Amino acid sequence: MSAVPKAEAEARRNVHLRLRVNGEESEVSFAPYKTLLEVLREDLDLTGTKHGCELGECGACAVLVDGEPQLSCLVLALDCEGRDIETVEGLARGTELHPLQASFADLGAAQCGYCTPGILMTAKWLLEREPAPSRERIREAISGNLCRCTGYQQIFEAIEDAAQKMSSDAQPAPAARKAAP
Amino acid sequence: MTKKRFETIGKPRRRVDGRAKVTGQTRFADDIVLPRMLHCKLLRSPHPHALIESINIARAEQHPGVHLVLTGKDFPVPFGILPVSQDEYPLAPRHVRYVGDPIAAVIAKDEQVATEALELIEVRYQPLETIASPEEALAKPEPRIHDYGEQGNIHRLQAFEFGDVDEALENSAHVFEDVFFFEGNTHLPIEQHAAVAAPDGEGKLVLWSSTQVPHYIHRALAKALQMSPAHVRVIACPNGGGFGGKCDLHNHEIVVSRAALRLGRPVKLCLNREEVFYMHRGRHPVLMKMRTGVGQDGKLTGMHVQTLLDGGGYGSYGTASTFYTGALQTVTYELPRYKFDACRTFTNKPPCGPKRGHGTPQPRFGQEVQLDKIAEKLGLDPAAFRLNMIAKPDTLTANWLKIGTIGLAECIRQVVERSGWNERRGKMPPGRGLGLACGAYLCGAGLPIYWNKMPQSGVQLLLDRSGQVTVFCGATEIGQGSDDVLAAIVAEVLGIDPYEVRCLTGDTGLTPVDLGSYSSRVTVMMGNAAIQAANKVRAQLAQAAAEQLEVLPDQLAFARGRVFALQDANRSMTFREAVEYAEAKFGTLGAVGSYTPPRSPGRYKGAGVGPSPAYSYTACVVEAEVDEATGWITIAKIWTAHDIGQTINPVLARGQVEGSVYMGLGEALMEEQVFRRLPPKMSGALVHKIPSLLEYKSITSLDMPEMDTVLVEDPDPNCPFGAKEVGQGPLLPVPPAVANAVYAAIGVRIDELPITPDKVLRALEKKAQGEAPRVGPERFPAVPYPAPLQVAPPWEGGDGKEAPDGTRRPRRKEAVAS
Amino acid sequence: MMRLPWFRFHAPTSIAEAARILAAEGPEAMLIAGGTDLLPNMKRRHQTPKTLVSLRHVQELRRSANGAGLALGAGMTLSQVVATPAVRAQYAALWEAAAQIATPHLRNMGTLGGNVCLDTRCTYYNQNHEWRKAIDFCMKKDGEICWVATASKRCLAMSSTDTAPALIALGAIARLVSADAEREVALADLYRNDGIDYLTRRADEIVTEVRLPESAGWSSSYWKLRRRGAFDFPVLGVAAAVKRAKDGTVEDARIVLGAVASRPLVIDAAKKLVGKKLDDDAIAAAGAAAASRAKPMDNADLDLYWRKGVVSAFVGYALKQIRGDNMRATRTRVARHELREVA
Repeated sequence: MSAVPKAEAEARRNVHLRLRVNGEESEVSFAPYKTLLEVLREDLDLTGTKHGCELGECGACAVLVDGEPQLSCLVLALDCEGRDIETVEGLARGTELHPLQASFADLGAAQCGYCTPGILMTAKWLLEREPAPSRERIREAISGNLCRCTGYQQIFEAIEDAAQKMSSDAQPAPAARKAAP
Repeated sequence: MTKKRFETIGKPRRRVDGRAKVTGQTRFADDIVLPRMLHCKLLRSPHPHALIESINIARAEQHPGVHLVLTGKDFPVPFGILPVSQDEYPLAPRHVRYVGDPIAAVIAKDEQVATEALELIEVRYQPLETIASPEEALAKPEPRIHDYGEQGNIHRLQAFEFGDVDEALENSAHVFEDVFFFEGNTHLPIEQHAAVAAPDGEGKLVLWSSTQVPHYIHRALAKALQMSPAHVRVIACPNGGGFGGKCDLHNHEIVVSRAALRLGRPVKLCLNREEVFYMHRGRHPVLMKMRTGVGQDGKLTGMHVQTLLDGGGYGSYGTASTFYTGALQTVTYELPRYKFDACRTFTNKPPCGPKRGHGTPQPRFGQEVQLDKIAEKLGLDPAAFRLNMIAKPDTLTANWLKIGTIGLAECIRQVVERSGWNERRGKMPPGRGLGLACGAYLCGAGLPIYWNKMPQSGVQLLLDRSGQVTVFCGATEIGQGSDDVLAAIVAEVLGIDPYEVRCLTGDTGLTPVDLGSYSSRVTVMMGNAAIQAANKVRAQLAQAAAEQLEVLPDQLAFARGRVFALQDANRSMTFREAVEYAEAKFGTLGAVGSYTPPRSPGRYKGAGVGPSPAYSYTACVVEAEVDEATGWITIAKIWTAHDIGQTINPVLARGQVEGSVYMGLGEALMEEQVFRRLPPKMSGALVHKIPSLLEYKSITSLDMPEMDTVLVEDPDPNCPFGAKEVGQGPLLPVPPAVANAVYAAIGVRIDELPITPDKVLRALEKKAQGEAPRVGPERFPAVPYPAPLQVAPPWEGGDGKEAPDGTRRPRRKEAVAS
Repeated sequence: MMRLPWFRFHAPTSIAEAARILAAEGPEAMLIAGGTDLLPNMKRRHQTPKTLVSLRHVQELRRSANGAGLALGAGMTLSQVVATPAVRAQYAALWEAAAQIATPHLRNMGTLGGNVCLDTRCTYYNQNHEWRKAIDFCMKKDGEICWVATASKRCLAMSSTDTAPALIALGAIARLVSADAEREVALADLYRNDGIDYLTRRADEIVTEVRLPESAGWSSSYWKLRRRGAFDFPVLGVAAAVKRAKDGTVEDARIVLGAVASRPLVIDAAKKLVGKKLDDDAIAAAGAAAASRAKPMDNADLDLYWRKGVVSAFVGYALKQIRGDNMRATRTRVARHELREVA
């Protein structure tokens, strides 16, 4: 790395664009080198999304981009115009926790709570695709989210618990459940 | 202690801070953003060992967006977490001791500008010879990494003998001698350490930090900045994982504090992942030699443990760590005589310190693997062998530790039963095996890290006429659930819902002193202090309510948010009404409680490390599958039983056991903090080999086996409601149980951690060639241990003091291993 | 927080436009697709392009087409490759390779083209700028010496792509487009055994498509060695593809190793399987031949001698799976899951 020439430093300008996060449109101005992670935390004050390495090696910064879990530390914010971003702040409906949040809180899936937002977003995506995933499927789906506190078992159980609650809420009649694909 | 019926204690519950954690509202240190905040980055030494000849910061100061550049001359006062090791500077003024040692700081408008400006600082170094290992530190007294310590590059030497161990071994039916190695590893919290310092309206300092020990930081920071402690307030943010890695005063905490005071603006620093590896203060690499005697009755006769620690570049908690490599060998099994020599060396690596189990998992690994070897040699079942010699409750150990309750036998029985040990062991298909091991840990260190006679935990309660209860305590939430324990205990005593209790913790400006979240001390010490405070308030409420209900105060019960007469439940009032009457009667309501651990019976110099109000115990069975062609290891399942005394919240307690098992398994199989020495003829470089979350291997959800967890409840009278620790002890038996399972599976001994497939395959090759089927350290170097301090064990007429100098026994020849 | 350096940014919407920008910007411009390889490298200052040309908005790079074989757009994410039914049904080696890359999140981001062009890796190189300063840098970036073997005249950084060995075994062809030309190369010819100059792709060329030939008669498999069930790059990859007659006689065979050289290593001795049945002796001979060629270095996870020692076993796993053995238990042990259910 070498020093930045003064002229180049003075030519540096923020970019200005419109992002849609948790269904809300925001005009935001930021340095173009910023990743989605930095813009969420530093320019939109959405500090619920965490970071543990900024190199794609831990999963703490996972958010949903167009419904898919991606690592916000490796997504250029510049590339996010027109895309749907979902973060942990958008998970609850008002004061009502998402079933995953409730199960995580009740069943010990969040110890220090630092990897939790990334895992919650990943689990949301999983349950949207597969309402009743097997344990093996859950293991695979969150294998990109490191947790140092739990040993994962209570996380698996919380996802299974939420899946069960969500499917019984969505499909109260057993007959209806059978008919589902 | 008989078990009681509880309303809150022991019931599974959502933790009181659970909602914040799942909504992203928990405010970690890096989530704090303040108006006018600036950002700090540190310039670190690229040399493992060098003297700084000159630093030129002029160009960095001129860089647009830079507000301040600091160097060692801005920090004249050395610091260190232990009073005996004041050997660090926030920014090294002259001597750098590892790659990553900070030497300058840039404070700028953002991190990008600060990082650019670091490149503009010109530093000239005079490299010194690199000391890369303990063996090298022993062999090369010069150049000295520090000018204090025992001699040359030896930081600490300790030697104790509790009864004549050589005599005991000479008279033993069998003597076993083994050398083991436990590689260093690190905490790897997913949250990178962050700190924000700001001057408040009066110009006093406020520091928010990812720390487990705000009180120690408060003291040390005031000293390092030469300020009145009354002008310093430290707020411990909830930690995104601690595991012991946030127990030190970190150099960056002092740097941002100085910068904020100098600039009159908030200053933040968040370490990047590589820097977290430099800051770590993690598990010491320990080489150890164990000589153990066994009698005809299959019981231990004596043990001699020698340890050699790679301390890295500074003292940190190392003096305590060194003691802990020997202090707790005695609390699990009956051991008539015990001898312990330890040595910590300085090397040019990031300093080591306390990680989950602080200094004890290493010798526990050696001890439990050696016991497995002994059981095999003697033809004994490893479980029965251990059950036959478990330490007795309410006794003293050879090194004068006071054991209270001990639920280890039940733990062993539980894991034996649940794993099908008796039915399956020795009858499994080739390549599969079961291994068993045990462990023990402190429920809080008996002494604080600086000598004083004051309480180790303080709790304050504030109640008002609205019925609200606020509890203040210096304890720190690091994920383990200390706020939940605090709320649960207060709620239990006052008969209210734990979610009605507001916890205000870890703020040295507001909360009574608690020494912090380390040594598994919070539940026991904070819990006892909380019970004391809550009982005082309860007595006031009872007195006021009794007058209204026309019963005697001791005839009242507090439950379900009400106060009622035991004999007549219709005579009752709400908790809030009771508070109103009490406030009317006594004025503003509040109480304090405090806790000081019982004095330990040991009186010898060094007796301060090891005592605890109680000890927790764990037993573990691991089922391993090993592929003989590749050495590939698969762990099928882990059964753990932990003697917790009394569970406070089983959801959290199980999480602590499982998290410990997870971390222990990682240390057993893959976690290692290792360094790369470039060819000495070409370079002096000594670098962390893998300072990243990708290459420092941390178990993923796909690698983690199923866990079966049992909490064994045997309430301990020294503990709140009988509750012992659960956050650290369950880690200890896991690595040796894995090693023993690998042996059971394929008949090879891997006497060093981590146990990797290449080591397994090498041992299998040795086995095929008729050599000893073992991979591990081959020798233990000559260490200049001093003559040991002689302390007679309690049963040999000792009084807990060391013998006078003149009566030390001369050294004997070592007994030969059988 | 690790920060990217400053750069200029272009977001073309067609291959032609991207190629034009690339040609105009010159060698200081780099393509970015998923960003999962380039952005960490930029944060660590391995690459500091003045200009980034994003391929994210180029829809034509994301198409797949069945015809004579299968054409996969280089811009398809690895998750899209895994979700392509024809890949799973006919090109098992590619499916198994793609399904084991990194993590579900990174597969949602990283592209096939990105994995094919993945920068070579080395534990002396994949470090922060500050760390590399402490070893006075290395030959691959900013320094002179290859610390892996200090006498080496070339950089020994390791090819770490999972898909390339699989694609080469399957006989894939890559299509490269520049502003003024298009060409196709056998995928094996896209690589050089040089840790620095590891691709024969020119800086102004875009890998737009990977084409697989018809799969009739072929079976294939990919086995990956790494410490953990997720995240880790391979420290050994074995891709095998075998074409057999109805009676089981081998008509053609390819074995390609990953992570044992600076490029995917084609094992010519695989041809010795031709005319034989896939019996245990033939499999062992192929394994031994492959192992003798593998040269893992001390610049990745796990002991290098051990990594070389298990090559034969891993070749055996791949060939036995192709033979039709039930390898589920072995796969579960090695991959930490059965690989049946992948996002």
